Amino acid sequence: MSEAETTARVGLGDHDHLLGWLMLAPSLIYIAALVGLPFFLAIALSVTSATVGDPSIHGFVGLGNFVQVLHESAFPLALRNSVIVTLGTLILTLVLATAESELLVRDFRGKRLLQILLILPWAMPVSLAAIDWLWLLDSEFSPVDWLLRHMHLLGPGSPLGPANHLYYYGREWLGLGAIVMINVWRLLPFATIIVLAGRTSIPRDIFEQAQVDGAGFFRTLFSITLPALLPILMVASMFTALLVFGDMAVTALTTRGGPGYATQVLPYWAYLKGIDGGALSEGAAVALFMFPVLLVGAILALRMAYRTDSQGDRP
Amino acid sequence: MMTVLRRLGFYLGLLLFTLFAVFPIMWMVITAFKQDADLYDVANNPFLYNLPPTLKHVTFLFTGTNYPVFLWNSLFIGILVVIITLLLAVPAAYSLSRLVGHWGERSGIAIFLVYLIPPTLLFIPLYQIVTFLRAANTVWALVLVYPTITVPFCTWLLLGFFKSLPRELEEAALIDGCSRWQAFVRVALPLSLPGIATGIVFAFALSLSDYIYATVFVSSTASHTVSAGVPTELIRGDIYYWQSLMAAAAIVTIPLAVAYGLLFDRLVKGFQSDSAGSEAAP
Amino acid sequence: MATLELRGIKKHYGSIHAVNGVDVAVAEGEFLAILGPSGCGKTTLMRMIAGLEMPSEGEILIGGKPVTHLPPRARNVSMVFQSYALYPNMTVARNIAFPLKTRGMPQAERDAKVAWAVGIMGIGHLLHRRPARLSGGEKQKVALARALVRNPALFIFDEPLSSLDAQVRTMARGELRQLHDRTGVTTVYVTHDQLEALGMGDRIAIMQHGRVHQLGTPQELYDDPADTFVAAFLGAPPMNMLERDGRIVGFRAEHLMPGTPPAAAAGDALSLRMHISQLEFLGAEWLVYGEIENGATPQKLLAKVPPAVAATLRVGEQREFTVTRSRLRYFDPTTGLRVRDERG
Repeated sequence: MSEAETTARVGLGDHDHLLGWLMLAPSLIYIAALVGLPFFLAIALSVTSATVGDPSIHGFVGLGNFVQVLHESAFPLALRNSVIVTLGTLILTLVLATAESELLVRDFRGKRLLQILLILPWAMPVSLAAIDWLWLLDSEFSPVDWLLRHMHLLGPGSPLGPANHLYYYGREWLGLGAIVMINVWRLLPFATIIVLAGRTSIPRDIFEQAQVDGAGFFRTLFSITLPALLPILMVASMFTALLVFGDMAVTALTTRGGPGYATQVLPYWAYLKGIDGGALSEGAAVALFMFPVLLVGAILALRMAYRTDSQGDRP
Repeated sequence: MMTVLRRLGFYLGLLLFTLFAVFPIMWMVITAFKQDADLYDVANNPFLYNLPPTLKHVTFLFTGTNYPVFLWNSLFIGILVVIITLLLAVPAAYSLSRLVGHWGERSGIAIFLVYLIPPTLLFIPLYQIVTFLRAANTVWALVLVYPTITVPFCTWLLLGFFKSLPRELEEAALIDGCSRWQAFVRVALPLSLPGIATGIVFAFALSLSDYIYATVFVSSTASHTVSAGVPTELIRGDIYYWQSLMAAAAIVTIPLAVAYGLLFDRLVKGFQSDSAGSEAAP
Repeated sequence: MATLELRGIKKHYGSIHAVNGVDVAVAEGEFLAILGPSGCGKTTLMRMIAGLEMPSEGEILIGGKPVTHLPPRARNVSMVFQSYALYPNMTVARNIAFPLKTRGMPQAERDAKVAWAVGIMGIGHLLHRRPARLSGGEKQKVALARALVRNPALFIFDEPLSSLDAQVRTMARGELRQLHDRTGVTTVYVTHDQLEALGMGDRIAIMQHGRVHQLGTPQELYDDPADTFVAAFLGAPPMNMLERDGRIVGFRAEHLMPGTPPAAAAGDALSLRMHISQLEFLGAEWLVYGEIENGATPQKLLAKVPPAVAATLRVGEQREFTVTRSRLRYFDPTTGLRVRDERG
């Protein structure tokens, strides 16, 4: 009754393991060549004296570039600002994202439209967002200033000072504040999506139990929601922090690091030194100062990945 | 189930967040159509058209600047990058989800970690590599390098997607006579089209929005993308062509936002760990 | 020649032994049920037979040919998954034709075979629907048609009835068995439901912790269990077990009767004084929950009695219950293995 059909040819497509590696190989090779290699090149560059004019790797100077960079007046400012901007953005973004996810976890009419509107800041290319905010906080024509003036918060005899305009991008702390604002604005949708992913994973039963037990909104939020969100908040922090820390566009297009070096940040400084200024090795050295932070981020990512993978599929 | 107060608070919250997100965009769109005399008058209400709106600046954007070239370059690069990304990321994601054991998991984590390395760390040596390959100052430099951003992200996105496909379907295909490769092509791929569509949108958008590589590798206007070209082209010395700038930004942003917005829920799912269901909380 | 032979099959994942030495031969046309609780290794065993996983040790032969390391498509095996695994993007017709298409069968021949399978399952009216629009029972029929369509050497069923409602399940059980008798294909049927196994199998292999505890006909497993695990796993309710005189004495609930029959007086039975704690109505019979003193701790027992008998019992009273000797089964208290001897 049965055909002896055990004659199908066993070919390459059957060897799961081999096939798997073949399918993975192109990506691995590409990444090794265009990320791994440059990474080691960056290290090599930073310990030599290459310039745009003479970009070959030569003239080993050991830690000379790093020492020189450390002594420049821009360095402490760039480092400080990178940290401040990142932390400031991180805290604001996390708080707002958690709040926004509490709202978006519910269904309501027009949610689709709202999702499009709320995601606009993230959808905008970062350089164009910077330009938009450049105009928004323009030293002469800013509509924000206009509103402030009409609310009598700005102008002679008002709390925000005698001048009629706030020179956002020309001041140290206003400038840093503006940069933080821009980053919060553009990254909030992204962070919200991540937190929302965690929020929707919390089983509905738990909230219903809390309702039955008589917990109000804030008690539920602090005793149940936030603790449950802790892992996803870490993921959101990691992504957000890395995106802000490594960003150059916002600073480059708004304050340009000024006045002086007051709002300078590491990535932009690296660019100015390495590409604009032509000192490739010094630029690489500056960029590598970012590495410790990235390393910490990578370790956290690994830890998180292992935790979620251990809940993964069967062996 | 919500009290009136809660409901009010809820809608107020939504309103505030929406305003926050949308205000700069609205301002951008309003500006694009303002006449010079209206815009550059400090006394005017910036939110109203005190003089009638004009298309002059938008037209100028397309006729008097290289913006169309930038759009074309971005489109061209975007499409090529999408193709390369799919060719690399789809098989990689499938392989990681089904075919390779522990070493595969580790490679997967490595790929994901790559995404966390910011371009601002690698751009200097990449600049050297690109120059060495004689691709500097051409769109090919970007086509070559953008997948370093898109491939890790898309691999991760598609990995979650493949993991969520029930294994049994591919196993049924194996029993029905497919080799593993055939099961991938005939069963897994067709079912993963939604995930692949998401990957396409993201790969395109990621390549569109990069600023640093676009600025560093390309200096000639003819090869600029929108991201790098708009700031340089429309800021001539100290003169900012604000209306055209805003128009340039809006034209690119709004379609992107619509595409992203429609994929909102899918993105949220992508960040959920596979075991977590979608037990929607109230 | 046996259709399926498993020789010394073992499977380990690191230090976990999912399957720990299985030897089974399935005759042609036989319906073998593989029964066991979750985690017993039956699913892993089944996957190795299908070729979805490779054994760490041992051999598998189908139709006399070694297939141990061959991929599924080289084994001529059909499988019905627990979730039916119908391809969601294909119509019912294309689903059923798929196994034939992958083997390069020409269209005309394919259509003929599909029509035949569809005819047997009676699903001609569903051909152009997609799986999403089928009920559970319909999906099962489509899955069966797809399995039938290429005349495999072996059918494998992976708990196919577990996703059906309890009411539908009984009918489906009968239909499945009839389908087997009609087509005569050797079948391996994996389940955790002992009623299914008892009702459908020609033989049952009952597994726990990766080993087969007993292989035999349903009657053998039920009346003549090899150890306490088998005795407790089969039958609803499970076999009563008492510790007595350094051994475990087992007897089925339906053999525990109130009263003292003459055989008891002759010393040819086990008598127990039981305190009745609960009477449960099951429809065709009643379940009696009782307790007896047995050394230090009281032990709980179950008896199944017909309605007429149940009418004579009252909750809370103490009654004499008896089991005839021929119904007693003895087990070693340490190993749980069956002990056979003359002592009463």
